[in-house]
Amino acid sequence: MENNTKLMSVRDAIIMAMSEEMRRDENVFLMGEDVGIFGGDFGTSVGMLEEFGKERVRDTPISENAISGAAIGAAMTGMRPIVDVTFMDFIVYMMDNIVNQAAKTRYMYGGKGQIPVVFRAAAGGGVGSAAQHSQSLEAWFTHIPGLKVIAPGTPADVKGLLKAAVRDNNPVIFLEYKAQYNMKGEVPLDPEFVLPIGKADIKKEGKDVTVITYGRMLERVIQAANEIEEAEGVSVEVVDLRTLAPLDKEAVLESVKKTGKVLLVNDAHKTGGFIGEVAAMIAESDAFDYLDGRILRLAGEDVPIPYNQTLETAMIPSVARIKKYILKLVNNR
Amino acid sequence: MAKTKSKKSELTKEKMLHMHRLMLDIRNFDNKVNRLVKKGKIPGMTHFSVGEEAANVGAIGAIRKGFDMITSNHRGHGQSIALEIDLNGMMAEIMGKATGTCKGKGGSMHIADLDGGNLGANGIVGGGMGMAIGAALTQKMKKTGKIVLCCFGDGAVNEGTFHETLNMASIWKLPVIFYSINNMYGISTPIKSVINVDYNYQRASAYGVPGHFIEDGNDLLAVYNKFEEVVQYVRDGNGPVLVEAITYRWLGHSTSDPGKYRTKEEVDEWKKKDPIERFKGYLIENKIATVSEIEAIEKASEDAVEESVKFALSSPEPTLESAFEDIFAD
Repeated sequence: MENNTKLMSVRDAIIMAMSEEMRRDENVFLMGEDVGIFGGDFGTSVGMLEEFGKERVRDTPISENAISGAAIGAAMTGMRPIVDVTFMDFIVYMMDNIVNQAAKTRYMYGGKGQIPVVFRAAAGGGVGSAAQHSQSLEAWFTHIPGLKVIAPGTPADVKGLLKAAVRDNNPVIFLEYKAQYNMKGEVPLDPEFVLPIGKADIKKEGKDVTVITYGRMLERVIQAANEIEEAEGVSVEVVDLRTLAPLDKEAVLESVKKTGKVLLVNDAHKTGGFIGEVAAMIAESDAFDYLDGRILRLAGEDVPIPYNQTLETAMIPSVARIKKYILKLVNNR
Repeated sequence: MAKTKSKKSELTKEKMLHMHRLMLDIRNFDNKVNRLVKKGKIPGMTHFSVGEEAANVGAIGAIRKGFDMITSNHRGHGQSIALEIDLNGMMAEIMGKATGTCKGKGGSMHIADLDGGNLGANGIVGGGMGMAIGAALTQKMKKTGKIVLCCFGDGAVNEGTFHETLNMASIWKLPVIFYSINNMYGISTPIKSVINVDYNYQRASAYGVPGHFIEDGNDLLAVYNKFEEVVQYVRDGNGPVLVEAITYRWLGHSTSDPGKYRTKEEVDEWKKKDPIERFKGYLIENKIATVSEIEAIEKASEDAVEESVKFALSSPEPTLESAFEDIFAD
């Protein structure tokens, strides 16, 4: 067990996680558009073609249906494919294979067979790519029984959870955030650093208010929590869900009971977004009795993501707005 | 009665009688299911392979059972039986019983037999194509020598997945046979009204793969012989092929089909091309089997189907708890 860590980007953590798993298990391979010589649309497979060759770092035609179908069929018959979906928006072309095939096959077959496949999808905006290249569609998948959905927010969690996803025997939707591929953090170098799927992480302990988030918004929530604590003396607890399906209900409810105030933040559209489900779960639980205020949500606006940078920025929760919402809760406004 | 055009086959008597038996099993099984649906003993949606027996048995008879793989479609009874699935489990599944192939959770449209190489029927038109090329990719990467037979109907050829998967299989030279069992109607829609080429196999050239046509898909040996050829081609590592066989479904699209889109005369004409009667005639005329030998097979098939009904009817319903099981693998 190595205890060393290294400061690295999300991108490098992804490359490290996939490469370690491919060295460990010959059945693991990467497929997708431009994963080979190009090194991935977001540079998330740079150097892998050279190490693993074109059979296992497999460039595909622009055929999302065939890519997803082939990955599922390969997974059913003994391989462990990782699919680079590139922009999460393109996963719409893969929906039949993911929703009607991968998620249901084992169940429909009465528990026979398994589909160990990971769909890595670059979610969210922040890079000026407009409405068809900026969506966070996790709620479509959390709605479907049979899928696991992971949305980490730090380089270390990306490594540990991507490795867990590859080792999991079920279809996993793995969200990466295109605005955060360059975000850096300390990442464990141990090839056996694998995080549990289904476990939230308290990224910051606090006693006055709970903020529940995941993925891209984690960085902003932590910043907001630190700033508000320093400026206003409000102690904020940050619950990072990390895994949306299965959801760590226990960790959520425990924190809500502790602080009695809860704000939920995600970058996806507000209507039908995943934090709405978490809010409903809290409202239905015994944690409701511990609340001394309303459950608040702060989410992406219900508009297609606009191209103009000022407009785009205004559509997604900012640090300033997160702080404002925390204060709303604290002041019972 | 149309006769089989095939010359006397070099197949063993045992193999031919076995294929005849499988065709009978399909016919008897589906006719039985149809009657049980009408009696209210089967609650769910079913699609029948009656009339398409030769197209199924001839193709699947040419692959290696227990070694190669198939993907199947909503009209998958014939394919499952041709791959020799346990009839008891299949009948129990269609009745939704705990002893069914899928513990009563899949039903007619999701019959699968992973151990036997059947990667499953599919309720989504074209849904098995991706799975088929993926399974073929595994065989190629692991160099197993196995091939995949991807079965679908004429209706699936206008799905986008047909284009994407056939192209991908072609560029990667995957060991997969795309097999279009053309019964000429997608529910009520004649295939001729929704493609602007005479036959779908002609599209093969667009993907750089060989296209094969079995004009008489009700001639068991014609189907078998063609498949013996293409199976070898695919197994030899030459990449995929597209095969199309013309056949006809005697019954409706599903049990709820009023059948207004085709005439009684048309259906009757096709019944004269009955694949089972024709092969029976072939076996007798060529003195491969005696009438009494064939009658014994017919009886055995009927008995096996009756036995499956008994098994299914006496099987327990699944427990309510089981509805919450088998979603995820450990």
